[in-house]
Amino acid sequence: MSTPPHPQGWSPGAAPEPLRPVSLRVNGLEHRLDLPHRRLLSDALRHDVGLTGTHVGCEHGVCGACTVLLDGQPVRSCLVLAASAEGHEVTTVEGIGHDPQHPSPVQQAFIDCHGLQCGFCTPGLITTVHAYLDENPDPTPEEARTAVSGNLCRCTGYQNIVHAVRRAAHLRRGARTTEEPS
Amino acid sequence: MTTRMFGAPITRREDPRLVTGHGHYLDDLGAGALEAAFVRSPHAHARVLDVDVSGALDIDGIVAVWTWEDLPGPAAEPLPMLLPHPSIEHPVTGRALAKDEVNHVGEPIAMVVATNRYLAEDAAQRIRVAYAHREPVVGVATARDAAHLVHEQAPGNVAAHLVQQVGNAPARIEAAPHVLELHLDMERSASMPLEGRGILARWDAEDGRLRVHASTQTSTGTRAALAAKLGLPLARVEVIAPDVGGGFGVKINHPWPEDICVAAAACRLQAPVKWTEDRREHFIGSAHERQQLQTVRVGFDDDGRVLGLDVEFWHDNGAYLPYGVICPLNTSTHLLGPYDIPHYRVEFWSLYTNTVIVTPYRGAGRPQGVFMMERTMDAIADALGKDRAEVRLVNFVREFPHPLGLLMQDGREGVYDSGNYPACLDELKDLVGWDDFQKYRARARAQGRRVGLGIACYVESTGAGPYEGGHIEVDTSGRIHVSTGLTTQGQGHETVFAQVVADELGVPIDMVRVTTGDTRQMSYSVGTWGSRGAVMSGNAVHLAARRVREKALRVAARALEADPVDLELVEGIVRVKGDPQAQIPLAMVAVLSNPLRYAFDDSARAATQFGGRADTTRPPIADDEEPGLEGTDFYSPLRSTFASGMHAAIVETDPESADIRVLRYCVVHDCGPMINPMVVEGQVHGGVAQGIGGALYERLVYDSSGQLLNASFMDFLMPFASEVPEIRTAHLETPSPLNPLGIKGAGEAGTIPGSAVIASAIEDAEGFPITRMPISPSELWDLRRRHAAGRWPSLHRT
Repeated sequence: MSTPPHPQGWSPGAAPEPLRPVSLRVNGLEHRLDLPHRRLLSDALRHDVGLTGTHVGCEHGVCGACTVLLDGQPVRSCLVLAASAEGHEVTTVEGIGHDPQHPSPVQQAFIDCHGLQCGFCTPGLITTVHAYLDENPDPTPEEARTAVSGNLCRCTGYQNIVHAVRRAAHLRRGARTTEEPS
Repeated sequence: MTTRMFGAPITRREDPRLVTGHGHYLDDLGAGALEAAFVRSPHAHARVLDVDVSGALDIDGIVAVWTWEDLPGPAAEPLPMLLPHPSIEHPVTGRALAKDEVNHVGEPIAMVVATNRYLAEDAAQRIRVAYAHREPVVGVATARDAAHLVHEQAPGNVAAHLVQQVGNAPARIEAAPHVLELHLDMERSASMPLEGRGILARWDAEDGRLRVHASTQTSTGTRAALAAKLGLPLARVEVIAPDVGGGFGVKINHPWPEDICVAAAACRLQAPVKWTEDRREHFIGSAHERQQLQTVRVGFDDDGRVLGLDVEFWHDNGAYLPYGVICPLNTSTHLLGPYDIPHYRVEFWSLYTNTVIVTPYRGAGRPQGVFMMERTMDAIADALGKDRAEVRLVNFVREFPHPLGLLMQDGREGVYDSGNYPACLDELKDLVGWDDFQKYRARARAQGRRVGLGIACYVESTGAGPYEGGHIEVDTSGRIHVSTGLTTQGQGHETVFAQVVADELGVPIDMVRVTTGDTRQMSYSVGTWGSRGAVMSGNAVHLAARRVREKALRVAARALEADPVDLELVEGIVRVKGDPQAQIPLAMVAVLSNPLRYAFDDSARAATQFGGRADTTRPPIADDEEPGLEGTDFYSPLRSTFASGMHAAIVETDPESADIRVLRYCVVHDCGPMINPMVVEGQVHGGVAQGIGGALYERLVYDSSGQLLNASFMDFLMPFASEVPEIRTAHLETPSPLNPLGIKGAGEAGTIPGSAVIASAIEDAEGFPITRMPISPSELWDLRRRHAAGRWPSLHRT
């Protein structure tokens, strides 16, 4: 890829790359970082904040593995500059559920339905489905398929992912009425 | 009794970690490591005249810039020919960095190491390479014409040439009542895992060891290759495959140029160095597969029985041949499928082209063979006006073992060990509604819709040797640690191998932990390829568990003063059959198996010299025993076991736009007894999605100058959820007589008949032959126009 012009006129050479302070709010915690202007949000989350659950599959916004929520809405973090995420609430897969012993309803549904194999695309699907179900709590099978049709998975053939969307909807409804994820 | 785990569709034990962001993929490791980027050739065929790195050296953050001259010793030599084979006439492999020529766009020429990847890529852009262009050879037809050569030392662009035959096919075809000739064509696709390649290498100066994490399908292979290339003793090199984000074949090739460069840099710089491939690099720098031109001549009788089959094909192996002839060899040896064809001749040429190398992608040459055979079966049925399933039925192998008379990729004769092809066909016809299809088609036609039904059958050699091993250790808390050397890319090995071990040791599965692909734990292994994981490591850990079980009973027998044959191991407890009082937990057996001088905790006191149970008339460790409750065993098969299956699909083709939609996709699959049916089902689903992708969407498009025109996920069309139909599956479980668990491999099956079944269905919908895959709506549109103009033949059936 070719490097875009730097806002301060810097180009690669003897001078170190200028940094700017960036304050990122991720999963409810504030992170004060000094980052190059061009640092991608995906790289900042993974390598500066240290949350490696967000994966990078294509770095051109197609595969969806790097999907995080920006103020609750799914975005491709490989297409967002870290600096431009300032002032927004970033939610990664770790923010959906961090504890393997207590996965979120969406995460549990992917386990129950064998909705993952290698697991590389999974965090992007978890965040996508989580946001989708916030707005569509009871999708039909067709709607569930559409909900995940912007994310590439090379392992599963999608059938079990579609099942997981509906299973997650079911678990979320149960969680809301009983306050305990089943 | 403990519930039997073999056969239970339990959820996967790796999943809670992976869904919560706790996976450890290659780029998740090595925080703070130096990062590498590569300068790659923009030209398909050129001499490298000069590499000027001066513009890169003064960039802040750059640690090293390497060209071929900087590679130490054997690292500068050509990459290994991994799979020598007598058919290889002109072996040519690449180098870790180009020396004086480049043979495909994407070939690495220089490496930059910097404090981060952004800076490394900046510097890579400042490196100037002077080239003298040569004529590129692109596409298998161009390579066959050989007007220009890829490598001067390979006349005719021929890397390898092989003939195998059984019986006398040409004579039988000559004498046959009916003869057909088919000309077929398959194009390039690729594995395209969502995680690309990557390597992290660390030189531990204090230990004098190189530790490598690699996104690979073979950690032992990578280890041996790196040790050889870096001139290090094998014992000083460790390779670990962490979580791997998909492989599908491409990660079995090794060592990659980048592996050697990065590992050599880590040793030279005495610092951790990491390279994480980006997507464009994966398209132009890893490996592709599938392209072949094929000619089939078949002679058959009035019933459709094949009397003789004579096949020639030309296989595009790309710029170099590191992985030998495995793909075309698989094509030639899997072509016969489930059919009994005693007179068969196959001849292939594997040709160099100035394109990315060709190594196995899920199916590894088998889809091309199945495409030839199944196109032929459909053509025979059409010529005779017979039902396509009937023609297949009269040709099925019905007696086992069924020797092929052909040498397979493991150097051994292919022998179908077991199967039930007629039952598989019956099941498939029920599943897809074969006998009702004409009514369905009539209803669709009445609505102005065009539908077609396709079928394809295959067999797959799985579980090839030479071997895999299992090591099992029971610790003093009763936990079971299982290690096997082959790697995992999503197949659920942590779960299925635990299921096998839990059964044999009679313990709850929660007590069992599985490690794969770590040469520190198990240094003898081959790798994950050829649908061999469950067969090879499944049986290896089963055998190792049996050894541990026998040892546990021997140790417990001494403690219980009983005969081992009177003992049983149930729910983690060894007990005397019929005497529930006389029992000892497996954890205590583990304590007693290791006589101690020092008690490191309370339980360990029982194993010390005054612990009270020792028989002082014998040495603490008997002559034929070793300390510790552990065992190692290996499974090494006589030959491969053959899985089988049949697919059927109903497609709809839009009468106006020629859009192609899969309405129904059915799979009957026989991989013997299934360790975990849920995991097998997942493998089938994923394989089918890749098969459909390869049939309808995925095609790597090179222009005549050797530029890959669609090297992005925007342009290379892998199926999304919107392109893959709901898949109906049924399973037969015909055991293999070859291994203790009776199992066969399942990893590649779903993909293998994909192009064949979709071609069959489109042909049935359109009424004219489909001979080239993949097929896009615009190509189907074009075929329709040619057909309407009388320039493309019709099928006989209506």
